[in-house]
Amino acid sequence: MKRGLDGPAPEERPTPAGRRNKQGIRIDPEVEATHEPRRTVISALVEHEPGVLSDVSGLFSRRQFNIESLTVGPTDDDDRARITLVVEEPDPGIEQVKKQLRKLVPVISVRELAPDAMRRELALVKVDAADPAQVNAVADMYDAKTVDSSPETATFEITGARQKIEAAIETFSQFGIREISRTGTTALARGTDDTAAPMSATESAAETANQQDQSYTADDD
Amino acid sequence: MSERAASITPTEEQDDEQRADAEITDGATPETDDVTESETTTDPVTSGAEAVVRALENAGVEYAFGVQGGAIMPVYDALYDSDITHVTMAHEQGAAHAADAYGIVSGEPGICLATSGPGATNLVTGIADADMDSDPMVALTGQVPTEFVGNDAFQETDTTGVTTPITKDNTFAADPDRVGSDVSEAFALASEGRPGPTLVDLPKDVTKSETDREPDAPTTPDTYEVQERADEDLVDAAAERIENSSRPVMLLGGGVIKGEASEACREFAMEHEIPVITTMPGLGAFPEDHELSLEMAGMHGTGYANMAITHCDTLIGIGTRFDDRLTGGIETFAPDAELIHVDIDPAEISKNIHADYPLVGDAETVVEQLAAAVDASPEAKKWRAQCQQWKSDYSMAYDAPEDEPVQPEFVVEALDEATSDSAIVTTGVGQHQMWACQYWTFTEPQTWVSSHGLGTMGYGLPAAIGARLAADDDQEVVCVDGDGSFLMTLQGLSVAVRENLDITVAVLNNEYIGMVRQWQDAFFEGRHAASEYNWMPEFDKLAEAFGACGFRIDDYDDVAETIEAAIAYDGPSVIDVHIDPQANVYPMVPSGGDNGQFALTEDQL
Ligand SMILES: Cc1ncc(C[n+]2csc(CCOP(=O)(O)OP(=O)(O)O)c2C)c(N)n1
Repeated sequence: MKRGLDGPAPEERPTPAGRRNKQGIRIDPEVEATHEPRRTVISALVEHEPGVLSDVSGLFSRRQFNIESLTVGPTDDDDRARITLVVEEPDPGIEQVKKQLRKLVPVISVRELAPDAMRRELALVKVDAADPAQVNAVADMYDAKTVDSSPETATFEITGARQKIEAAIETFSQFGIREISRTGTTALARGTDDTAAPMSATESAAETANQQDQSYTADDD
Repeated sequence: MSERAASITPTEEQDDEQRADAEITDGATPETDDVTESETTTDPVTSGAEAVVRALENAGVEYAFGVQGGAIMPVYDALYDSDITHVTMAHEQGAAHAADAYGIVSGEPGICLATSGPGATNLVTGIADADMDSDPMVALTGQVPTEFVGNDAFQETDTTGVTTPITKDNTFAADPDRVGSDVSEAFALASEGRPGPTLVDLPKDVTKSETDREPDAPTTPDTYEVQERADEDLVDAAAERIENSSRPVMLLGGGVIKGEASEACREFAMEHEIPVITTMPGLGAFPEDHELSLEMAGMHGTGYANMAITHCDTLIGIGTRFDDRLTGGIETFAPDAELIHVDIDPAEISKNIHADYPLVGDAETVVEQLAAAVDASPEAKKWRAQCQQWKSDYSMAYDAPEDEPVQPEFVVEALDEATSDSAIVTTGVGQHQMWACQYWTFTEPQTWVSSHGLGTMGYGLPAAIGARLAADDDQEVVCVDGDGSFLMTLQGLSVAVRENLDITVAVLNNEYIGMVRQWQDAFFEGRHAASEYNWMPEFDKLAEAFGACGFRIDDYDDVAETIEAAIAYDGPSVIDVHIDPQANVYPMVPSGGDNGQFALTEDQL
């Protein structure tokens, strides 16, 4: 007995010429657009309640979003905490990160910060202090504060943009680094801009509509 | 038939006693629209558990599905005095599916209860199922007393931790004064905006504690904002695109049904003569017997729906999340189409398929906005003719020779014929589910109750129980099940018998987990690893053992008559339908394939 249905076979059917890329965007098959990976800072204002951090971090691992750092801390309002995320985007996905974050009920608002936002992180670096004079000279170069010292070690606190911290660590490494602890980036928008004020429905619709137009890369200052 | 012996409903005497004791304080009841008129609701609450039940009553809850247990006992004790009918299930998974189906059919969140630990983990499959399908549901789980939490106490599970990824929101209720409001909020969140399951975990000390705090009205928290209307400029731009299109298609998803937008979509499609496709969860959003209907697209969609979706130039997707079973490979999905995407959840926009016109808002509101903005119908006469041509080229016909084993398609059609348009169909997961999609002619929303996103075998019977209690009396409820799926939750028959629920289960019995066998035939050289189930019980006899009515079909002569008798039987009945064990589902788009290249036979895979 015949199994299956009647009708022209696949190869006898017309096929459209168009194609989409992996993101479902229609493309000219001749000139496949390539995506420039970017890194950006996202700030979320959330209810200061138990579980909210695990909601956020769970969301990231579940959705396979690439986060580089995540910091959280209280704000001037006891009921609110601010989460700062540095997100790496190998494929276009930052819009999804923002939208998925906004879906979490305890999340009040989510903003992607402009490239000129102030970004800082803190690092504690414990180095061998066999040559205290030289170690201190390097510390001065990076405005590092001594927070602990012993006959064998010195521990410095460095704050600044990620690049400065990386440079400091690199330079300190000549003495032998014993341990490092870094906080990840925290950030605020410049001037009178709100970092993560609640967004009106129209604003977020407009953002959804314009999502392709923003393509800046947030380099560290 | 036995009465609802196990249901916790107050007896007359208890009710009277209650009334005599009742200290009715004026103004103790919060202001809500749905306060049920009963003496019990006017008693002030005295415990956390009573506040939980009061919150459900305030929300207008009629039924709750669950299983008793240590940590949830205080809540059950409070339910004992309530007018809410509790349906004791045979397994918590069934409680979750029943609540889920109740939510689909009634449009109001279904309620399920379980105790801590194994009770809560047994709910997990059903919660995940509701989450994938955006079904409104509230799960209430018992938890060990707060002082034991985190100590690996007896029957402790981190329920909020386990269910975070599969709930719209969940709460650990830490405060007896807030617990009622936590439940009210969970109820509101489950149905507002994009629906979904919510969960409140109830530590036993919190529900046992004294409190006189009445729950707040069911409202969502301030941080939860839903946009109802789409941006007008975008609507105008989308309207212009529709007017200028020559190959338009509407694609209606489950969101159309949840958003009660079926009527608005029908009017729009018919006024502008736009062909309509549905996704699997969208079945019933548009009448499949209408000329403009191309039925369902996707992996096992009709050939004509898949041709139309592949060749359209404008795709109006409403309330659909572009699941991979619908799209096939992204590269070849509607490759010439500009996408107008209507969805209440902004995160669905451009998640899988880039939206050229993102219209965020409530489906009904946005379709009405679109209807007002579109001035001229697209000129698409040729396109409609092409769609009709595809309908006849790729018609869903099948052979059913008398001397061969019964073909499943025939059984589905016979069931459809024996029931009214408003009949509700539930299914398990597998080939039988696909035949039900393909060969049942759906015409009404909220009549198709199935597990789409999660694809949960065992969904059908408990879903039929929930659907039955939500449906009108004159709506038949038919579960089209597979033998493998039925076997997973058939203990639910005991519930159907106890509650004397008028449901008909038709088990399309092929003694295989057939869908797996079909894939093994196609992609694993016919090696039937662990897919032969030729040790199935006789389901008709099994039904009788439970106290239900059993039937059996072996050949075509029995089909119509047996189905009629089973449907006519006033109570649960099970038909063990022995179908052609080799029957397979076509058309088929292999996963990740091109929808336009669907196979009509195994040779074309
Ligand atoms: C709980 C669960 N386990 C396993 C699967 C994988 N699976 C999908 S379809 C299928 C076969 C279903 O068999 P049956 O219920 O007999 O229906 P048929 O395909 O024979 O109609 C299986 C095992 C599933 N979907 N759900």
